[in-house]
Amino acid sequence: MVLILRNMTKSNLIYLGIAALLLFLPMIITGSTKFMITQIFVFAIFAMSYDLLLGYTGIISFGHAMFFGIGAYSTAIFMDHFDSSLIALFIAILVAVLFAALVSFIVGMLTLRLKTHFYAMLTLAFAGLFLVAAEKMRWLTRGNDGFTIKAPEILRDSTTIYIISLISLVLIFFGLRRLTNSPFGRVLVAIRENEHRTESLGYNVLHYKVLVTVISGVVASLAGVLYILSLRFVNTGVFGTDLTIDVLLMTIIGGVGTLVGPIIGAALIELAHDWISGLANVHWIFERWLILYGIVYILMVIFFPLGIVGTIREKFSGRKKSKNNAKQKAS
Amino acid sequence: MAFILETKDLTIRFGGHTAVDKVTVQIPEKKFTSIIGPNGAGKTTFFNLLSGQLSPTEGSIFYKGNEITKKSATERTRLGIGRSFQITNVFPNLTVLENVRLAIQSQANVRYQMLKHFLHYKRFEEKAHNILDQVLLDEKADTLASNLAHGEKRKLEIAMLLALETEVLLLDEPTAGMALEEVPAIMEVIRKIKAEEDRTIVLIEHKMDMIMDLSDEVLVLFHGELIAKGTPEEIVENETVQSAYLGGMYDEQLA
Ligand SMILES: Nc1ncnc2c1ncn2[C@@H]1O[C@H](COP(=O)(O)OP(=O)(O)OP(=O)(O)O)[C@@H](O)[C@H]1O
Ligand SMILES: [Mg+2]
Repeated sequence: MVLILRNMTKSNLIYLGIAALLLFLPMIITGSTKFMITQIFVFAIFAMSYDLLLGYTGIISFGHAMFFGIGAYSTAIFMDHFDSSLIALFIAILVAVLFAALVSFIVGMLTLRLKTHFYAMLTLAFAGLFLVAAEKMRWLTRGNDGFTIKAPEILRDSTTIYIISLISLVLIFFGLRRLTNSPFGRVLVAIRENEHRTESLGYNVLHYKVLVTVISGVVASLAGVLYILSLRFVNTGVFGTDLTIDVLLMTIIGGVGTLVGPIIGAALIELAHDWISGLANVHWIFERWLILYGIVYILMVIFFPLGIVGTIREKFSGRKKSKNNAKQKAS
Repeated sequence: MAFILETKDLTIRFGGHTAVDKVTVQIPEKKFTSIIGPNGAGKTTFFNLLSGQLSPTEGSIFYKGNEITKKSATERTRLGIGRSFQITNVFPNLTVLENVRLAIQSQANVRYQMLKHFLHYKRFEEKAHNILDQVLLDEKADTLASNLAHGEKRKLEIAMLLALETEVLLLDEPTAGMALEEVPAIMEVIRKIKAEEDRTIVLIEHKMDMIMDLSDEVLVLFHGELIAKGTPEEIVENETVQSAYLGGMYDEQLA
């Protein structure tokens, strides 16, 4: 017991140490690197929100981009139609969060009663609905072309956005870690492991699933808000299925059900994007992109189904266990 | 005598096969009722209907006088109907301790607490160890449930039911597949609950010595029908039961 607690504070210290280092990074890096790391922070938040569904509760969603997109468009449209004051931004965030909560609640209530694969397909359909709406409602969204927005004065500095994103990441990480380690979080894991048994223990599984979908949707929308603040441009891509595929890969490569994993996965995928588009000078690069993804995905699932963090953790706990056994035998 | 559970014409069909056939029965409160019957008689299916895993094709179920036929498994557990499963049904990738702790957490009604760390609830952990101790499984507390031997999984199954502290305990062959030397400990646990006389136990078993020893009343299912009920002595002497059922596989055990 004491050992677990000590270990946890130790890992907290490590995470906080890394966060502190990242805080001072903008002093020594160039603008484009800073922008890319900001993007990594944003997608790390997005991927963590997905991990809550996939890794902790065992819910597969193919429509997670819709919550990201809701966050992105709410902010962009508000900033566009009102002045670019902090108050407008604050209201925009509020609207983004409430809208994401409402949509995730409705989607959850409508679909979570269904079997896993039906749920996955329906989330895909819902996300498609938002994509089509964003394309058709040109008067509001300006469709596929998108539009640029003016961010509030003090948020136009890339270092400020970097730091805000970093702080959001740290807060959301620790918040979600507490959530997943709470009694509520343990029930989520139980649902992932054996839904029917969780029910017969007296837990109302649907309530848990809807609640976690709402929390996950709200966090994803916050990622969308930060995305828009850093990019200051929005188009229908924020509702795209490739975004959901990205976030799925980030979570799986990093390690499902670990929260740290998706952060690492986000970094790797973003770096890979950057690297591949650096190589791009032919137009069928998108095909290669998907093929590459497909290969990475297949290799991961075959060789590291637990992802990077999951695999490391398992090695580590395996070692600890055999050490304990050795100790027991010795005594 | 008060009845805690009642069924009326309870029936379920799978395709053309009637697994439970118009069973009307009353389970007396705070008594020990056993259900016997040959393999495939519908005993487990009957439990699945009582605990809400399945819904009946026809008929109704009452708990403390209120109809619960339409209630979900979750609701029935919370009302006080707990069960253990014949085919072990646990959380495979969680430790034994966590399996039991989840049951305790539900019993303690800590459901939506998101802000506190689960280790904050030390009493859950102590209680879990306590229950595991009773079923002689505490030394495996940190083992993953999937790594347990068959008999140990059976014990975990019982530990989780005990942790729920429900008024009604539905036990589906709790000792099936256990090593012989492990059975007395589980018997002891069951006997202790019976001795407390404040809970209703319904037991499905094939071991006749256990039935004779523990039961206040025995129900006999055969091809989904309730063909007899009575005290253990009455059942042993009942001619219908003998010809339909005991004449076959159990006469050696009875002799
Ligand atoms: N979900 C189901 N779908 C189809 N048939 C089922 C289902 N559940 C049970 N049955 C059938 O119902 C009958 C009764 O099965 P049940 O498991 O209730 O028997 P049992 O009395 O518990 O037997 P045992 O002593 O072997 O545990 C069997 O013929 C079984 O094949
Ligand atoms: Mg059975």
